[in-house]
Amino acid sequence: MHALDPASPAGALDAARDDALAAIAAAADLDALVALRPAVLGDRSPVALARRGLGSLPGPDRAEAGRRVNAVVTALTAAYDARRAVLQDERDARVLVEEAVDVTALPGRLPVGARHPLTTVQERAVDAFVAMGWEVAEGPEVEHEWFNFDALNFPKDHPAREMQDTLFVAPEGSGLVLRTHTSPVQVRTLLSRELPVHVVAPGRVYRADALDATHSPVFAQLEGLCVDEGITMAHLRGTLDAFAVAMFGPGMRTRLRPSFFPFTEPSAELDLQCFHCLGRSAEPGGEPCRVCSSEGWIEVGGCGMVNPAVLVAAGVDPERYSGFAFGMGLDRTLMFRHGATDIRDFYEGDQRFTLPFGLEA
Amino acid sequence: MRVPVSWLRVHVPGLAASAEEVGAALVRAGLEVEQVERVGADVSGVVVGRVLDVEELTGFKKPIRHCHVDVGARVHEVVCGATNFAAGDLVAFATPGAVLPGGFRIATRTTYGRTSDGMICSAGELGLPDDGDGILVLEGEPALGADVVALLQLRDEVLDIAVTPDRGYVLSVRGVARETATAFGLELADPGLVVPEPAGDGHPVRVDDPAGCDRFVARTVTGLDPAATSPLWLQRRLLLAGMRPISLAVDVTNHVMLELGQPLHAYDADRLQGALVARRAQPGERVTTLDGQDRALDPGDLVIADDRGAIGVAGVMSGASTEVHAGTTAVVLEAAHFAPVAIARSARRHRLPSEASKRFERGVDLALAPAAAEAAVRLLVALGGGTAGGGTDVDLRTPPPVLRLPVAQPGRVAGRDYAPDVVRRRLEDVGCSVTGDDPLEVVPPPWRPDLTAPVDLVEEVVRLEGYDTIPVVLPPAPAGGGLTPEQRLRRTASRALAAAGLVEVTTPPFVAAEALARLGDVPASPRLLNPLSEAEALLRPLLLPGLLAALLRNASRGQADVALFETGPVFLGAGQVVAAPGVDRRPTDAELAVLDSALPAQPRHAGVVLAGTRGGRPVDWADAVEALVALGAALGLALRPARGTGTGYHPGRCAELLLDGARVGVAGELHPRVVEAHGLPARTVAGEVDLDALVAAAAARGPVRAPVVSPYPPASVDVALVVDATTPAADLEAALREGAGPLLEGLRLFDVYTGPQVGAGKRSLAFALRFRAPDRTLTDVEVLGARDAAVAEAGRRTGAVLRA
Repeated sequence: MHALDPASPAGALDAARDDALAAIAAAADLDALVALRPAVLGDRSPVALARRGLGSLPGPDRAEAGRRVNAVVTALTAAYDARRAVLQDERDARVLVEEAVDVTALPGRLPVGARHPLTTVQERAVDAFVAMGWEVAEGPEVEHEWFNFDALNFPKDHPAREMQDTLFVAPEGSGLVLRTHTSPVQVRTLLSRELPVHVVAPGRVYRADALDATHSPVFAQLEGLCVDEGITMAHLRGTLDAFAVAMFGPGMRTRLRPSFFPFTEPSAELDLQCFHCLGRSAEPGGEPCRVCSSEGWIEVGGCGMVNPAVLVAAGVDPERYSGFAFGMGLDRTLMFRHGATDIRDFYEGDQRFTLPFGLEA
Repeated sequence: MRVPVSWLRVHVPGLAASAEEVGAALVRAGLEVEQVERVGADVSGVVVGRVLDVEELTGFKKPIRHCHVDVGARVHEVVCGATNFAAGDLVAFATPGAVLPGGFRIATRTTYGRTSDGMICSAGELGLPDDGDGILVLEGEPALGADVVALLQLRDEVLDIAVTPDRGYVLSVRGVARETATAFGLELADPGLVVPEPAGDGHPVRVDDPAGCDRFVARTVTGLDPAATSPLWLQRRLLLAGMRPISLAVDVTNHVMLELGQPLHAYDADRLQGALVARRAQPGERVTTLDGQDRALDPGDLVIADDRGAIGVAGVMSGASTEVHAGTTAVVLEAAHFAPVAIARSARRHRLPSEASKRFERGVDLALAPAAAEAAVRLLVALGGGTAGGGTDVDLRTPPPVLRLPVAQPGRVAGRDYAPDVVRRRLEDVGCSVTGDDPLEVVPPPWRPDLTAPVDLVEEVVRLEGYDTIPVVLPPAPAGGGLTPEQRLRRTASRALAAAGLVEVTTPPFVAAEALARLGDVPASPRLLNPLSEAEALLRPLLLPGLLAALLRNASRGQADVALFETGPVFLGAGQVVAAPGVDRRPTDAELAVLDSALPAQPRHAGVVLAGTRGGRPVDWADAVEALVALGAALGLALRPARGTGTGYHPGRCAELLLDGARVGVAGELHPRVVEAHGLPARTVAGEVDLDALVAAAAARGPVRAPVVSPYPPASVDVALVVDATTPAADLEAALREGAGPLLEGLRLFDVYTGPQVGAGKRSLAFALRFRAPDRTLTDVEVLGARDAAVAEAGRRTGAVLRA
């Protein structure tokens, strides 16, 4: 292409335009197109030179020539951009296909972890109570007998102490034990908090039980304690039913069976409606249920009204205050909620057991 | 307690309910019925037959008989190996097609060259107690062809009841019958109210320890036939209740104990010398108990003695020297009441839990001894041909307490109303005598020593009216404060480690001293007095041993890539012996402080262990360190690694973790010897921090101040510094940060070089420094000035020089 005299006949400008359009159309790839740009639209391109020469033309001609030059610039710019778009599409179609990967072949750079289901089931249970306005209390695992037994109204040498299969901690005569239940936290709570109290205390407890599929010397409990003026067993039932619904879903119910614990009077075993068969297995003609042995209920803990002797040992006036308490096994809750069949899996630490639970079971 | 339902029906005559219905009703009343067992349900086709003739077959190694047996409808021929019967005897005959216990089916077969068209049964083959003498010869005149199952009451149901420690009376058919009668609103035929015949002069008795023994009845029976044995019905009841028949005298005492709940003992009257004395053991005294054990007695043991000294541990186990034997013709029966605590201690001290001690520990009916002795005497007279002799009754009981129960109190506890007459009736169902209107004046029955306070009476009313009649009401919601900051932070710690790709474990805290020794010099931790396994008698002073055990378990199950974490308490130091306060009042703060001072320290730790590969490359020390640094970051804390040492760690690949300059943990690669000693995967790495310390620091830190984010461009400069190879990067980094001043926004170690270019014993560390000001674009002069200051400070502290 050659320099163009703006005053030259329209044909010359048109010829230059046609040359440029042909060159643009012929550019085979983006690099070639970009290399072409100075020649067709750059400072020294024919149209740029023509525009520069406009100043030397007389007025009327200048306007006419200007319009013609602008039209050519517009046409060339449009052609250039259009060609660039086409070539970009072509390049993308080629390169991005070439760059395609198998997105199903993960290299595993980010390792995946999980929290133990006993941790998460405990948090879930605790949160159900926190949502009701309760707080969380804590106590030590190596505990003094005074908290674990004496203040809970276990008389010395009473067979109730024997029932607990206690693990004793040295030195001999120290009265130190691995707590056999979370109930000592009841006493610590009453001693350290202002009344009224509404607390749950989750934690590990210990019994001298050999490890097998359904027993472990270490297991997890959730203790609950509510002490205020005018608390009744009806409140106990209301709280337990609310918890059952929060934990296992609408319609879930609990049942109390009379029983004995030194620290509650009246005392009851706490049964949960079998969430698997919803109690239907115990009805006439019901399908047998493996989870509850067709009893319709699953025993998950014990409960009752706080024995006045416990209140006295903790300095609470039993004439003015009353309360209820409950304790339930979180291992059993986990077994039922998640269909785990072997409690050893909870304590052996095999990561294949825990990984499927993720961070919130 | 195993209770045959047929026995129960004797004492609740109107009981029409099925065994399952009885079980369910007892559960509702608070007895833990673990199962309703069916016995004899699988036996059929056994009938009464008369042996017509007996032919002894010869030529076999043992005696074999061929007989004909008439079962009324027809005569069967049968081969039999027993010899204790004769023609004319009535026997239990299993006809072809009969089924014996265990599903054993009888068919016609040929044996010893003859046809055997059925079987003559022994007691054992029918599921009955078997004396081993051979086949069962039936007594009386039952009709030929009659069903033996019905005749011998082979079919029964047994309630298996777990008895809670407060309910001693349920350890008897009588007690279960009382609850059954109450549950069904039926009359109880109470066998405990049989009035004994007036007794004459009995065997002399003396009680030297009224605190340990407040009732002692002795009855004598003479003229017993030494050859008399227990009848089948009695043996059967014992067997169904879980006891073994032994001899008539012993079986009778056991039968009475099972029926009434009163433990009894039968002494051979001729072997006693002088009065029976209830007293504490004397120092150095010994006794040989029925089980043949020679036992040293403790001065706390309550014993029964005669003129020669102790002849038994009272209420636990009697002695061998006065035991009834095959030639016994006269017995002295002991029916006493002992203090529960004394019996519990002796039973535990001598590791002798017995049927008697189980009952005395839980409390035996204070009024029962004379009636129980009378029941035993009657049975011995009836079954052993004996003559009732004299009786002695030393009665030192104190009158029962009178409990005052406001009539509205059961309702206040339950949260519903009970009519006054309901309260009264329920207490009478239990056996209380009730007078007065409000408060009710209640005297508990002698078999309920557990009823000692009004609240105990409340429970009786509420449970008998049914817990299912209590309304369901939510208590008023308190204005709770939610989780504490510490509780939230602990959850965050757990989530952070899991999010970092580690799997949580919850390992038992029991560790072996050898396992700790393999790690090296670990802190002292408490020991268990009665560990589950002697090998693992210590409580963990670190999480590391449990984590390593879990790692090994994963590895042994074929999982090469393992990353685990655990949070939980460790146990440090040793417990102390302190005085415990009473429980009749709130302890003083000083007393509580003393109790807490007895406990070992129990800080929560967080630990990690990793092996194999992670993210596609081999695990190394940095994975452990960074996991814990990430945990700190999640809590808003900057944990700084410093070269350090830790028990069980590789001395050159171990970082101590510092929080504000204080050591809060350790992490790195384990010592190769530790790896080898445990059989761990090579290059296993681990770490452990004091989680309580981190959580406390995070909770105390207050709200984070929001940083000012500068909109001006950064200026980046790289510096490569040559230092001694032993100089930690962290030291160099700290010096650079300090020297660079506030304009330094960030700093990153991007290259470490050792080699000929820097010389032996040296290494080059290259850092990228990024500078930025909050309020302006930095000039080159400012940037280079800050860089030079940083390098100068590094040189001053560590001797670092810019790499040429």
